[in-house]
Amino acid sequence: MPVLARALEASGIPTVLVTMMPELGERFHLPRIVGVEFPFGHPFGMPHDREMQRTVAETALALYERLDLPARSDVPIRWPIEWKIAYKGWQPKQPAPIIQYLEEQILAKRRLASE
Amino acid sequence: MSDFRADSYKFLPRSMQEEFRAFPDQPSAPAIARATVPLREAKVALLTSAGIYLKDSQLPFDIERERREPLWGDPTYRVIPRKVGRDQVGVAHLHLNSDDLLADFNVALPLDVFAELERSGRIGSLAENNYSFMGYQGASNSAWRDQYGPELARRLNAEAVNLVVLAPT
Repeated sequence: MPVLARALEASGIPTVLVTMMPELGERFHLPRIVGVEFPFGHPFGMPHDREMQRTVAETALALYERLDLPARSDVPIRWPIEWKIAYKGWQPKQPAPIIQYLEEQILAKRRLASE
Repeated sequence: MSDFRADSYKFLPRSMQEEFRAFPDQPSAPAIARATVPLREAKVALLTSAGIYLKDSQLPFDIERERREPLWGDPTYRVIPRKVGRDQVGVAHLHLNSDDLLADFNVALPLDVFAELERSGRIGSLAENNYSFMGYQGASNSAWRDQYGPELARRLNAEAVNLVVLAPT
């Protein structure tokens, strides 16, 4: 996504990145970054919580109006669900194929090493 | 304005912490596009990597091939119109639990929120076309760098979009 943001900026279209990983956006020097401390999959917040979603949207729009760029503005909302539950909850029920693949690689290496 | 700083690693799996904390600073600062119209006149397009597609008229992202080839991720994108109902939306993404997205796609693609902002006059308009892709791009992002990125930039310029809100997931 940072790669795309840079392509859009270079083509003349302003972008705002709304992200769970604002530090990553900063390492790409993106001009407008909104950081949210939400579990992955939820850049605009909780389902059905229009007020929270609007707050994130407003934070993004305020950056469009800023002249002093690059700028980063984080949304000061704590996720209302306990960390342990949210951390587990955003992840897929089955591990992604790449995760399974890497785990198999590690196991195969261990097997080789013990032989 | 607030001093709150979001912790970028709070929800990141332990196995990925090291890689992302050590992610290298990219060498050159990109060109910055300046706002050319006031917000109340701006056409805003939304873009997410949540793997959203329209069940009735679009193919899902190719998660079957990803299951066979874990180092590959579908690089294509889908155009999502501004008016879309919850029951039309599907999610094909093997790296997320899609329950909340299916319950309310506004968590990643806030079409209803921005339609409200258009009605209240805060923005000029929400674009007719919004864009969705699937965030896992496997071992290579070359398709996005060389093909889809430039293609989307051309489309969004042709659609006279003044601001793109990007929401990676």
